Amino acid sequence: MAEVIHPEEQLLEIDVDQLLTKAMELKKAGFRLSQACAAYVNEKFELSYSFADDKTYQYTTLRVVIDTDTEVPSITDIVPPAVFYENEMKELFGVKIKMINLDYENRFYRIETETPFGPKEAAASEEKKEEA
Amino acid sequence: MGKRSVIPFGPQHPVLPEPIHIDLVIEDEKIVEAIPSVGFIHRGLESLVDRRDYNQMTYVVERTCGICSFQHGMGYCEAMEHVFGAEIPNRAKYLRTIWAELGRMHSHLLWLGLLADGFGYENLFYQCWRVREKVLDLQEMTSGGRLIFSVNKVGGVIKDIDKEKLDIILSTITEVEAELKVIKDTFLLDYSVQSRLQGVGIVTKEQAHDLGACGPFARASGIKTDMRKLGYGAYPDLDFEPIVSATGDSYARCYCRIMEIFQSIDLLRQAIAKIPDENELFTPVKGNPEGEYFMRVEQPRGEAVYYVKASGKPYLDRFRVRTPTFANLPGLCEMLKDTQLSDVGLLVLTIDPCISCTER
Amino acid sequence: MSVLKYAPEALKNLFKPPVTTKYPFEPAVYPEGARGHIEIDIDDCIGCGMCVRSCPCGTLSVDKMAGTWSIDRFDCIACGYCVEKCPKKCLHMIQGYQTPGTKEGSVTYTKSPEQLEKDRIAREEQAKKAAAAKAAAAAKAAEAKAAAQPTGLEQAAAKPAGSEQAAKPAE
Repeated sequence: MAEVIHPEEQLLEIDVDQLLTKAMELKKAGFRLSQACAAYVNEKFELSYSFADDKTYQYTTLRVVIDTDTEVPSITDIVPPAVFYENEMKELFGVKIKMINLDYENRFYRIETETPFGPKEAAASEEKKEEA
Repeated sequence: MGKRSVIPFGPQHPVLPEPIHIDLVIEDEKIVEAIPSVGFIHRGLESLVDRRDYNQMTYVVERTCGICSFQHGMGYCEAMEHVFGAEIPNRAKYLRTIWAELGRMHSHLLWLGLLADGFGYENLFYQCWRVREKVLDLQEMTSGGRLIFSVNKVGGVIKDIDKEKLDIILSTITEVEAELKVIKDTFLLDYSVQSRLQGVGIVTKEQAHDLGACGPFARASGIKTDMRKLGYGAYPDLDFEPIVSATGDSYARCYCRIMEIFQSIDLLRQAIAKIPDENELFTPVKGNPEGEYFMRVEQPRGEAVYYVKASGKPYLDRFRVRTPTFANLPGLCEMLKDTQLSDVGLLVLTIDPCISCTER
Repeated sequence: MSVLKYAPEALKNLFKPPVTTKYPFEPAVYPEGARGHIEIDIDDCIGCGMCVRSCPCGTLSVDKMAGTWSIDRFDCIACGYCVEKCPKKCLHMIQGYQTPGTKEGSVTYTKSPEQLEKDRIAREEQAKKAAAAKAAAAAKAAEAKAAAQPTGLEQAAAKPAGSEQAAKPAE
């Protein structure tokens, strides 16, 4: 019988201005960045930054809910591997992230449409193409 | 101090099986910086959620990757089962575990072959893939597909493996184990292989942790982590310990993966011995999903994260898969620094890149 | 550390027959239950369109009136979801993969004339029955109209649901 280590996942809803401090706290506590993603739900962006601890298997997600035009500070200065996740958010959803360490300037994925996953006005052209 | 210049590496390159492009800033023959860029095969699978219902998505998710296809489907289904709050039958859990471990075996054997090809050992490459073929035959026999199984379903599995087939699995993995021992000795003890792998591309434990590495890549650097410990599938009933190596070089990564094949064989034996005799293969789930969940699964390449968010409609609001290669890319860039240009092809291989699933 | 660790195995391999089969000259052996391609027992098909709605890649189409079922084999991913969903179990997953071809296009299966005739008669009978039921319901509704309002409402609610289902396969 193997030992099962599965602590309950945590989901912390925080404000945008708390993001950097919380990320710093988690990093100090020995967490690594597991993933970061955006979702476009109810005309708002939901950003999830998940941190995992390799020893305790704790999984903590920071959830930031913002309007589509709110600027988000980049956490790449604190957590360097976030660079790809943030570029992805920026490119696929159009989340306004400022000060990314390595900004691919919307060339991370070589796609034709801008922000295909984001607000529908921008994505409308892609959908038309797909229907045709 | 030489003059700096930039060499583009990939997406088409003889040793690279995957379309990743890296801009290598070099000084003489030494790499100073590596800037990766992916995105040649972005397929937009995640955006399909608003046009496919959650059952159809199972088949879309499976096709994220051709190599760890089963584990993608499994991770997605487990996430959906958490959202539904459904408990799947025990036999289904064991069947999923058996298929997942078969998948891990074939994926690592494929990687060993590619590695051998990467350092120019053509003969060993063929040998690895010959052994892998047996595992593929097992997969085809049990699920109907050589790589893409399509046996997962939200709530369980749709196919059973009967007693005779389980016996065939047992006898075949014994053969595979014997053949693997020869390969293992060659990889771990042969002088020419060692000289190519040892001390190359060292990633320390601290670096691996800071760069968010996962899977065999992190374990080779001494981080003892294995998502199977989270207790999904039948893993709570099986006895295993994560395989860890301390040196963090290419040799350690090779060692971890070879040992994981033996571990998979052991896990398969345990699972087949313990599989309960039940007729139920799935619990029906009713209604539309509501809620969200982050599911973590240990794939052959490392930890994969599946995020599902649903709001009471048959179509999910958001589905996201973070594949292990995505998490290992920063580690790769760090690893490439201060290495020789001629090692780059091999080093990129040692994280076991799977770019198609990275870009989805 | 040792040199030529692999040499004995390599030497053995020299004298072994190849493990691969000479495929076009020898037949490929598929195990039982291999997912190759979809076949249909077209005469059992009731044209419900369940497979069309369940297909993740939209490769199927059904025409109930004409009694046809078509599949674009180059779009099919052989996932087997339609086979699982088919209420009459007339779809089957058969061994043998789709062979490569020079042009894409869908394959259409049409029901046999006898079956089409049977279907037509069945449909007419059903239409008659439905008309009779409708007349009865109308009479009943008229009767009940003065007495109770809810029955009328219920019927009104049932109607759009029916029309929606009729519209779906046409998508």
